[in-house]
This record gives sequence, C-alpha cells and structure tokens, in this order.
Amino acid sequence: MNKHIVVIGGGTAGMEAAGQLAQAGFAVSLVEKEKETGGHLNDWYKLFPDRRNSSEVRDYLKNKVSSKNIEILTGTYIEKLHSNKDGFLLSTRDGTELKADAIVVATGFDLFKSSRKEEYGYGIYDNVITSKDLEAMFSKGEITLNNGNSPKMIGFVHCVGSRDEKVGNFYCSKLCCVTAVKQAIEVREHLPESRVFCFYMDMRMGGAHYEELYREAQEAWGVNFIRGKVSEISESINNKLVVKIEDTLAGRPLKIELDMMVLMAGMEMSEGGSKIAEQTGLKTGENRFFSPEDHHYANNISNIKGIFYAGTCTAPMNITETISHARSAVSEVINYFNNSRA
Amino acid sequence: MNIEGKKAIWSEYQKEIADDNYFYVRSCIRQNFFPGSEVAFLKIMREELHKDVYEHPCHTTCSGIGYHGDVVPVETAMTVVARQFALMTEAGYQNYIPSCITSFGLYTEVLETWHHFPEVEKKVREQLWKATKREFVIPKNLAHASDIIFKFRKEISAKAKFKLVNKNTGEPLKVVDHIGCHYAKMFPSKGIGGAEYPYVLAGMVEEWGGKVIDYPERRHCCGFGFRQYLIQANRGFSIACSKEKFKSMQPFEPDMIITNCPGCPMFLDRWQYVINEMEGKRYGKNGEGIPVFTYEEVAGLVLGYNPWDLGLQMHQTDCEPVLDKIGIEYDPEEKHNTSIYNEKTGVHGFVNV
Repeated sequence: MNKHIVVIGGGTAGMEAAGQLAQAGFAVSLVEKEKETGGHLNDWYKLFPDRRNSSEVRDYLKNKVSSKNIEILTGTYIEKLHSNKDGFLLSTRDGTELKADAIVVATGFDLFKSSRKEEYGYGIYDNVITSKDLEAMFSKGEITLNNGNSPKMIGFVHCVGSRDEKVGNFYCSKLCCVTAVKQAIEVREHLPESRVFCFYMDMRMGGAHYEELYREAQEAWGVNFIRGKVSEISESINNKLVVKIEDTLAGRPLKIELDMMVLMAGMEMSEGGSKIAEQTGLKTGENRFFSPEDHHYANNISNIKGIFYAGTCTAPMNITETISHARSAVSEVINYFNNSRA
Repeated sequence: MNIEGKKAIWSEYQKEIADDNYFYVRSCIRQNFFPGSEVAFLKIMREELHKDVYEHPCHTTCSGIGYHGDVVPVETAMTVVARQFALMTEAGYQNYIPSCITSFGLYTEVLETWHHFPEVEKKVREQLWKATKREFVIPKNLAHASDIIFKFRKEISAKAKFKLVNKNTGEPLKVVDHIGCHYAKMFPSKGIGGAEYPYVLAGMVEEWGGKVIDYPERRHCCGFGFRQYLIQANRGFSIACSKEKFKSMQPFEPDMIITNCPGCPMFLDRWQYVINEMEGKRYGKNGEGIPVFTYEEVAGLVLGYNPWDLGLQMHQTDCEPVLDKIGIEYDPEEKHNTSIYNEKTGVHGFVNV
C-alpha cells in the first residue's frame, strides 16, 4: 500500500497504532515531543492490577515500532497542519515537512497539575507528592521524606483534579482509584511498619481485577479507606502534615497528622492536543478532550476526513483500553483507504 | 516548606489597585473595637502618602453583617450597596475602598452578580431610583483598604522609624497574619495572593522587617463567624474557634498577630483575655499573651506614631511586649489618661492621630 500516515504522539496509543499500521504495510512517521517514545509509561514503575513491571509493556511497544516502515521523529512536535486535495501537509518544530494521506492523533493526556489544588500545598509542603513522584521513588527502591527518613503515616488523596467543579473538571479520570490502591499496597510492601490511609469520594473499581485488588489492599495489607474529601493540608512545627478531612461515613470532621501525602493526579487533555485542536478545528468536548464522531460506534473518527483518534486524547483510558482503541483506529484508517478506492 | 511554591501562587493572584482619589467607607464596628485604626489610615494616606481620600457623611452600613447573619435579604443588601455607589458617583469618585472585610466581600459579590446577571443590576437600579431618586456608576476600581496599604508598603517602609525586628536580638519578629474570611475565600482572584496563601498582610510584614509564620490553623476562622457570635447560644463555638488557632500557633512562639478584618482583631484579642480568665492559660512565649494588631496600627507603629494615639490602650491583650521588642518608647502613665482632650477630633484620652 503506497500510503503514508503520520501518527502524532509516541505514547502507548501512538506506538501501538504506528506498529499496527506498519504491519498492515503503510509507511508511518511517528512524531513524539519528548526525547524518547513511551509517554507516561516511562514514569510508571509497576502497572495495575497485576503489578507487572511497566518495562514489559514498554518493551512490547518498542518492539512494535522497530519496523523499517516506521520513521520515528523524537524531540519535536507538529507546528503546522494543513489539509489539501492530496491529503495533509505537516511541518514539525525543527522544520521537517511531512506529507500524509491520513493522520492518527495520539496526543494522549497530561497529568493534572496538582499545584492548582492550592489547598493541598503541592510545591509548598515538602512531603506532599504526586502519584507520579511516588512511582519515581518505587523505581529507586526507596520511599523517603524530604529529610531522608522513612515515612510512617502515609495518605492518598483520590480525585485530585477529577470530578472537581472548582478546577473545571467534571469527569472521572477513572484510573486514580485503582492506582491509589496499587500504590498503597506497594507502600505497605516497602514499609511494613507504615500505616496507610486512602481518602476517597467513591471507590470506582470498574476494571478487570480491580475490585479484587481493593479487597486485597484491605484484607492483606491493612490499608484504611476513609470516605471523605480532604479539605486542606498544612505543616506543623515538626514538619508533619496536618490534614483535615470530613469522614462522610462517620459523619464527622477528622484531623490527622501524616508524614507524607500522595495526590492522585487526574488526567487532562494534553497541551499538545489542545494546540492541534485549535489549529485544525478538530472538535473537543466539554471535558476538553477530542470529541469523536460517535462515542459508541465511531470512537476513532474525527470531524475532519482523514484524521483519526487513538487513545487517551479522547478520554481517560487504561493501557488495555488504549491499546484496543489504537488498534480500532488502525482498522478505521484501513477502512478509510478501502472506501476511498471504491 | 518551599517559599518558591508560595511565590508562584502569589504571582498568579495580583490585582489592579488605583493610585489615588479614593472614596473611603468606614466599617460599622471598627470604630468601637479599635478606634485608632481608621483614623490612622486616613492620616497615613493624606499626610504620609499625600493621597486624596474622600469620606461621605451620608454613608451607612453596607448591611453585610445582616446579610451574612441571614437577617437581610440579598436584594435589600444590593440596593443598600447601590446607594453607597450612588454617593461615590455624586461625589465624583470612581475608586471605592471599604475599611471592612465583609463590606469588601459583599461589594465584590454584588459586582460579580451584576456582571453575570445584568437583569439583577437593572432591577436594583430601579429599586434605588424608586426609593431614593439616586443613580450610580459602577466603581472603576474596588479594593480593600489593606490592599491600599499593601500597594504603598514600600513607601511606608521608606518613611519608617521602626522595623518589625527585635532590637535586642536583631531577629525579625515572628508574625501571624490572619486574613478576614470575606477577603478572598469567596472570590480568590480578588485578593492579593488568593485565598489559600494570601499575601496582602504577609507582604506588609516582610517589607517592614518581620517574618510570617505558617501554622496549621492559619485558614481557620478567628471565631467571629457571624452566626457563631451574633447568635448568643453559639458563642461557645466562637471562643472554641479562637482557642484552636491559639493552640496551633503557640509552638511557633509568635511575637504578634496582624489582621485586616473588623472582627478578627476583636475576637483574637478579647478571647485571649477570656481564656486566661477562664483557664489561666496564655499562648505567647514566657506565659504572655500574643498582642493582636490591625494593619493600620502596625503601619502607624512602623511610622513612629504614639501607641496611645493609635488606640492600643483599647487592646485587652497588652501590646507593650511588642513595643518593647521593637524599641518603641511610650509613657505608661498616658496609657489610660482620659484628661487629654483633642479639639480637632473632640475625643478624650486617646485616638489623637
């Protein structure tokens, strides 16, 4: 097939889509803004629900894009995107021009900037960290406070930047609950003497084996789950975090001193995705993610002919869903060319 | 704690503050609680900073206390606010400065409401016309009086005779800054530094040589919280709130508290006295109380004004320990001397600013 496809974004969705397109015989250019492909997987040590090492999935994806049909452009991004009668003309920030017969947008998500929830003090109080920061600690094999000591009391705040009108995000990021459960177990594994508290609104365990993991966290690891939103975090004179929560099951306010608080940052439309949307007129929804033509049966198809979506640029998804979504995007691309020929 | 993180937030919450020509409206209650503060503000503005500040004799309550105490309906409060704006318009001013935090909160809320619901503004204009035959122009600039002192904190510093520094140790005084709830908690973008880490008082303290304490209960209400105090049965909650704050700040050994709300200095000051009477407990270092000041009083002290002219003898938690640390001289005999009469102000004994 003498067609060239540009895949924008070299994370899980982009890599899977590029690999599948190459397998189908297309010439592919994969454009990734970071120096390396892999996206958010590069920041995660182990994956839910089975806690496998993320490098296993990364290796699978790297292998997938090792085809000679794929040209990988890293450390650059699409600056201009025009359509013409022959397809699309794209130029990257470093001046490379790419012609495309079709485009797969796989710009993914950005983690919610936790400092926007000012009341939690991320960036101000040393031992308030994010789920991503904790994964980096897991990678190093040590969970430590700013002063080098091991934390004994650790909390997790769910829904940071998700289901939150105040920051303009009404939607559920879907993965933060199960990530908190996974990380809570891992903290207990690393620090058997520690006590762990998860502060949640609802436990949304809507994936295969999630509920089992949640049960394991309680029964095998003694993680405490408290239903209630954290209202504020401050710091005491001995650098403990003073946390205020409303326990909505007990129906009373709580105040607790913790050594470390982990913020489960939600997912937002990526900055790169937003720029492409502005530039091209690709439709976005109320949640600011790309809005596919139909959420049920045309979930990869955009409002511009020849441009397709793959992965979390359309909504929060886990890795399994992202890979499936990328594969269905490829299927739509193939259909598009088949129908064009007809 | 990472101060850079706070600075990043402070930089996001800046607001426009007019340079001159202010229409100043006093608080209903401050003149009874801390009578020197508003007088000191006017003196600083007019005599130190040479600004034009106008006061209208027909200004009334904004009705904010009644509104937040659930006894004045919002439509009434809006019409009262509209009348104040009409007074400003008639006087030829555009920059509105309330002395009271709750007034500032109410004015902000009313302007935001009118911005989003122009039909409400239209209705209020009709009501005002029917009731008073007055019309108004929306203020070009609305700022709380503490915003103005914040804006000119460097100019005040340049004229300062004292710094918020312990003269014996050379160390900055440790200062608790307490912000009135209605300053920015309702509309964070309207407060300098926002709602979570307000900078309006912290900026003054830093500029004048002190060091601000970040203690766990800094966001907590002072204890006034209208329904806590105005409803007599709830007064236990009021003192309990204040006590929580004192307990939380005590380990940091603060030298003083600075406030920008009418009620906060009153309750933080008076409840310390009451707790000491009830439980024999004080929260300052060495068993002393923690003196509580308004920002105008602190500005006046920095500028070298006589503490008794600022009305500091009205405080129930003695302010002398702070005066001694800074090195401000005062005559203890004059503290409660009511024989002094000021012809200009018609006041006996104090507030001769």
